[in-house]
Amino acid sequence: MEKIESANQEALRRMLAGDPVLVDVIPASEAIPDLREHMILHAGPPIEWASMCGPMRGAVAGIAVFEGWAPDLDVAADMAAAGEFEFHPNHRFDSVGPMTGMTTMNQPVMVVENRTFDNRAFCTMNEGLGKVMRFGGNDAEVLDRLRWLRDSLGPSMGRALRALDGIPLKGLVGRGLAMGDEMHQRNVGCSGLILRAVAPALAETSSETGALVDALSFIGGNDQFFLNIAMAMGKAITDPVIGIEGSSVVTAMSRNGTDFGIRVSGTGDTWFVAPVEMPDGLYFPGFTEADANPDMGDSTIVETVGLGGFAMGAAPAVAGFVGVGAASEAANFTRTMSQITVGENPEWTIPAMDYMGVPTGIDIRLVVETGLAPTINTGIAHKDPGVGQVGAGVVRAPMACFEQALVAFAETMGVS
Amino acid sequence: MPENKQQLNTLLNSPLHVINVGLEEFAQNLKDRGVSVVHVDWSPPAGGNPKLAALLAKLSE
Repeated sequence: MEKIESANQEALRRMLAGDPVLVDVIPASEAIPDLREHMILHAGPPIEWASMCGPMRGAVAGIAVFEGWAPDLDVAADMAAAGEFEFHPNHRFDSVGPMTGMTTMNQPVMVVENRTFDNRAFCTMNEGLGKVMRFGGNDAEVLDRLRWLRDSLGPSMGRALRALDGIPLKGLVGRGLAMGDEMHQRNVGCSGLILRAVAPALAETSSETGALVDALSFIGGNDQFFLNIAMAMGKAITDPVIGIEGSSVVTAMSRNGTDFGIRVSGTGDTWFVAPVEMPDGLYFPGFTEADANPDMGDSTIVETVGLGGFAMGAAPAVAGFVGVGAASEAANFTRTMSQITVGENPEWTIPAMDYMGVPTGIDIRLVVETGLAPTINTGIAHKDPGVGQVGAGVVRAPMACFEQALVAFAETMGVS
Repeated sequence: MPENKQQLNTLLNSPLHVINVGLEEFAQNLKDRGVSVVHVDWSPPAGGNPKLAALLAKLSE
């Protein structure tokens, strides 16, 4: 249909025209005024306590203690089971969060502004690897780090970014692709570029040397620091694509550890949901697949804009890290994903693939027709609350989501 | 000898050159036996689901 083709070209145009800039770090309650006491935003499509997986429950209990809503983890879990917390997806509030994706009032969130469309998107700050809340960690070490992010790094980053009038991200991501990042499981290049951009302003706006040293050390020692920035960027790019009549382009893919959900431009805010799958990957020493939780997180927003598994060709090292084979096979993932996308991004190119642009704008029609589900690079959480990350791998978006979406999309087009 | 039978004999007595469509394992089996094979990666639209294939066809009209 001509109408679908032109609507999808408009969706692609909006994605490519986005001008995302990291502008601030502010408390989540300031970024999202609708956030209230006892209200918890989580990754993925809507879910309630009874259906939550172990890591998600662990994170909920932990964040309730962090916010001062419960004195300890056991009481927090009892309160959750008694319905004392209100759960909503991050996506409902212009927000995204990695893995468990906890967002609550007193956490600092990074703000990415899309200056072409004048919209903003938010994501909490990356906590580093290992035992962290996004993987369900909730002990004293995890909560103390969250307090430090709230009281020290968040405000410091906010001051620095405001002094800089923001850091433009489009060109920075382009450089990151050339440095071997795919912005999901590898963010070494972009994290370094962010540190280089923000360090002078951090120093200039800091009044305490110790806090400055801690801030620089944390960012410099965290290879995944940029992931959460990339996620807020992805959300800022995709939100202007929501609601284009006749467009079959995906605007969000997300998982909550129990279900995988997608949203499609032409069907607005409706989630199309299916049981989430188990990642296929490699495990840290001492862990096996028997320890793993099914796939989780809003981080698939980076694949939605052509990064992560779609940009695997830029990051051959990731192919080995996530256990999908030889580095030389990385390009095949990107080429395969180009079969289910509307076009390429001419500003985000892969040098090793003759400067091919990353495949952008997933068309649900092409996914269903070819049977090629989007490839997602992902971290793997332990299935029990409080343990943390146990590996990394690749997972496919469930085909059932796209099949449901196709039927609903066809109805909007008067086709049955 | 009828012409078509002669053609069949010629075919069977010549080296095989195979185009395999669909299941890659068939191509691999022939390759393993030294047969020249070109594999075409193909599957029916929508995994063979007739309802979804019909929807796709209508959405492409």
